[in-house]
Amino acid sequence: MPLAIGDRIVPFSLPATDGSTVSADQFADRAVLGVIFWCNHCPYVKAWEDRLIAIQREYAEKGVQMVMISSNDPVAYPDDSFDAMRSHAREKAYPFPYLFDESQQVARSYGATRTPEVFLFDRERVLRYHGAPDDNFERPEEVTSRYLRDALDALLAGGTPAEATTPPKGCTIKWRP
Amino acid sequence: MRIEFFYWEDCPSHPEALDRLLQVMREEGLADPVEVVLIATAEDAVHHRFPGSPTVRINGEDLQPEGAQGQAMLTCRTYHTETGRLSPLPTAAMIRRALQAARREDGGG
Repeated sequence: MPLAIGDRIVPFSLPATDGSTVSADQFADRAVLGVIFWCNHCPYVKAWEDRLIAIQREYAEKGVQMVMISSNDPVAYPDDSFDAMRSHAREKAYPFPYLFDESQQVARSYGATRTPEVFLFDRERVLRYHGAPDDNFERPEEVTSRYLRDALDALLAGGTPAEATTPPKGCTIKWRP
Repeated sequence: MRIEFFYWEDCPSHPEALDRLLQVMREEGLADPVEVVLIATAEDAVHHRFPGSPTVRINGEDLQPEGAQGQAMLTCRTYHTETGRLSPLPTAAMIRRALQAARREDGGG
């Protein structure tokens, strides 16, 4: 079962593609923290990638930090190896940390199953939104519900998202055998 | 015309992709049967040279041959669209072009 709305964040400390180690508590000064299960190879991630980069750039000064985590098995999916993650993060100039959950324990503790899958926490690090970034992975110009942006706006305004959960849509997380 | 649709259940794009294929076929006036093939194992993937889900072949030709050269594996497939985007689904235009080319080769005008 995934974390439920109202649950507190599950702490993590994971290696990042920039050589650092990133933990959830180092963003204590940020108003909103997004933990997003992610990877290199999934076409749904690729389809949403530029939108997530734009959201991070736009909302950074408002106190939002997103953290991307890949938990996929890199043996079965070499495109998701830590080396490939480093290359991709550099190539796309990621404005957020990109972390490798090699043991897959973080994904399991969140109950994540898909990439991308968004978990959005408020200032007290209580889960306030869980699901997809928006309702149209294929055509950004035809998005009618901007779940993530709407949730961010609601949290930054001191409220709670009108739509707290949506079905995550994407590739399955590739578990180790 | 032989139309094959290969998919892997774990990748959620296949129902929409099959609907899109059938819709374009209707628009093109094609009533040929579609062979729908479930790829369930890594062995199936190798056997069918399956580069990812969904994969559509028309008269044995992949919709986007340049995307079908990779290793056969159980994965979601990435399509490069006409607008330069990346998508888990082939576009209607991509399907239409392939169907029209196959029809010309079959002598159907």
